[in-house]
Amino acid sequence: MRLKKMIAGLAFGISVLAANAASAVEIEYWQYVFDTRVKAMDQLIQKFQAANPDIKVKHTTFPYAEYQTKVAAAVTAGQGPDVVQLFYGWVDGFVAGKLIQPLPKDAFPHDKIEAEFFPIVKAMKRGDEYYGLPTAVRSLALFYNKKAFQAAGLDPSKPPQTLDELVAAAEKTVKRDSAGNIVSAGITLDMAGQDHHWWREVLVRQYGGTPYTDNDRKVAYDSDAGLKALQFYTDLQTKHKVGSVGFMDEGQAAFKAGLAAMTIDGTFRLGSFNAIKGFEWGVTELPADAKGMRSNYASYFANAISSKVQGEKLEASKKFLAYISSPEAMDLWLQTVGELPARRSAAMTQANLANPIYGPFLKGLEYAHTTMFLDEAAQRQTAIDMVNRVLIQKQDPKASLAEAAKAEQAIIDRAAK
Amino acid sequence: MRAAPATSGRAWDRLSLRHKRVIWAWGFLALPIVFYGMIRFWPTLEALALSFTNWNLLKPASFVGFENYIRLWNDPLFWQVFRNTFAYLIIGTPISLIISFVIAYYLDRVRFMHGFIRALYFLPFLTTAVAMAWVWRWFYQPVPIGVFNGLLTWLGLPQQPFLRSTTQALPAILAPAVWAGLGFQVIIFIAGLRAIPTSYYEAARIDGVSEFTILRRITIPLLKPTIVFLVVFSSIGFLRIFDQVYNMNFNDPGGPLNSTKPLVLMIYQTAFKSFDMGYAAAQTVVLFMILLVVSLIQLRILKDR
Repeated sequence: MRLKKMIAGLAFGISVLAANAASAVEIEYWQYVFDTRVKAMDQLIQKFQAANPDIKVKHTTFPYAEYQTKVAAAVTAGQGPDVVQLFYGWVDGFVAGKLIQPLPKDAFPHDKIEAEFFPIVKAMKRGDEYYGLPTAVRSLALFYNKKAFQAAGLDPSKPPQTLDELVAAAEKTVKRDSAGNIVSAGITLDMAGQDHHWWREVLVRQYGGTPYTDNDRKVAYDSDAGLKALQFYTDLQTKHKVGSVGFMDEGQAAFKAGLAAMTIDGTFRLGSFNAIKGFEWGVTELPADAKGMRSNYASYFANAISSKVQGEKLEASKKFLAYISSPEAMDLWLQTVGELPARRSAAMTQANLANPIYGPFLKGLEYAHTTMFLDEAAQRQTAIDMVNRVLIQKQDPKASLAEAAKAEQAIIDRAAK
Repeated sequence: MRAAPATSGRAWDRLSLRHKRVIWAWGFLALPIVFYGMIRFWPTLEALALSFTNWNLLKPASFVGFENYIRLWNDPLFWQVFRNTFAYLIIGTPISLIISFVIAYYLDRVRFMHGFIRALYFLPFLTTAVAMAWVWRWFYQPVPIGVFNGLLTWLGLPQQPFLRSTTQALPAILAPAVWAGLGFQVIIFIAGLRAIPTSYYEAARIDGVSEFTILRRITIPLLKPTIVFLVVFSSIGFLRIFDQVYNMNFNDPGGPLNSTKPLVLMIYQTAFKSFDMGYAAAQTVVLFMILLVVSLIQLRILKDR
């Protein structure tokens, strides 16, 4: 008797579970672990599910270091995410590996994408198809320590606007001990951080060059402009002695500890710098050259639909992707993560532009460039090594530049094959 | 239905006790062998096969013959990394063995707080390499945060670049690696020393032999198995060094300018940063060959004599 009841109960339970499963579509979303991003996405999922009770979104995260490997392995095995986050620089690999599918044109018409998003969204276009849409974009700006500016007799409301002013401000704010060792830097020098972008897309252009041609498939910085840009950068350490690569280990660590007056970093650093208690800091646009020309580097993570998704899961994924690239989601992302909205209308609001922190980053977006990396880590390494050869091995900058260009071209050629 | 167990039971009964024992033994042994074969030998063979392809994780693999090996041969980075790997081995192994032997030799004679001192030496071995690497990384920083440079400037000496130098970085990374392995080697040496019968020493002392001769003629020859074990063990350790290197120059792993990059780190970067799996597999095969050859040579030299 008891057994029969148990079996009946069990059967009932299973049928309820099955009924639930049938009424709700479950899709899986993957991104890498970054505290505020995970938090923001959890909130977005909650709101999305409240509006779409028939769709359930499972949120899965992995450490950044193994993220790409996991996605590739899972999708090729026919498992893994339905909606997946990817860096814009991975698109070529993901498309070639058939990991993601083109965005369905019915839900994401091209003319609308191109009218509403910032032009850098083009980096997601291959042939005649868009492969993903960003929620947020990131650009660079100059962070400066107001307390250090004040202590050096500089006006903390007037941060440097040109490269000459930048050097002058760094010279005023740098502090050295009696032996000449830097104990507080004027500006951080950290090629492994964001400086390689600053050099590549900003300094090289300001000295009259272009970093790449042919859709970023041909290295073009081995030029007079590239040399001047490299010279400007290494001079900060060797001639002006206002910073030193490796000081406080990392540029952002030095700035955070109050031991650097200026640092160049991205929007994604806002969360970390917001925790600074010891001093007030400000943000300004990356300095212009003598003629007032400015440039910036913008990048983003986009969301895409993985290649195996079809049927009702595809419909659910379309809805979810549309939601997380909606103005509402972008606003939440800005509040939680501090990354800029990828849609013009959501980004360029009066309130955002007037915001002393978001304003400079948003202005930067207008004239930003996006490097189409093929192997970001390896290409970054060539820039790190180029500066190290000059600073550590005292190599002639011209020779170092030529060596870097050759090495990077080889990486691009191999990866583009 | 019921007949089956009976027949099999009868077949089992017909076996002799010796046969049954053998079957049982193999039954138990089969499990770890299968397990080991699946998680060790099968992937090893797969890696070998992979090294002849151009698999990049995303596109399906296609056979490319010896292209990866030829590329490796012509890659200046490989030769630099090859030199680094052997620098770790050739500097690291003798230094760590000599230091640990000296410590063990004298620690063996210490009676006062012997256990406590031994535990102190063993402690670094228990610490995770990553945590240790990060602490040492901060030690090596320039002023105002680096301990070593702080000491140097306090003494009025110039700062040293340590991890930011192409010549100093490798020894700077090797130091904590040696230090971390010391505890284990000391313990093994002490065990080896204790295993030498005291009667030899007593006989030698009665004959009035000097301490140095005792060390040279009795202690070291009788420690040979211990030394062989430690040489092979620590050589493999240094040839496979990774954690310390990766974490001590975290933003430029293996840098500056590849001056500290060992083969394992190159494999890691080729495979999981550039996703060039075929090329990485070829590097792995080369590393395997190096480990094999070095171990065989050491066993040969140190054992037969």
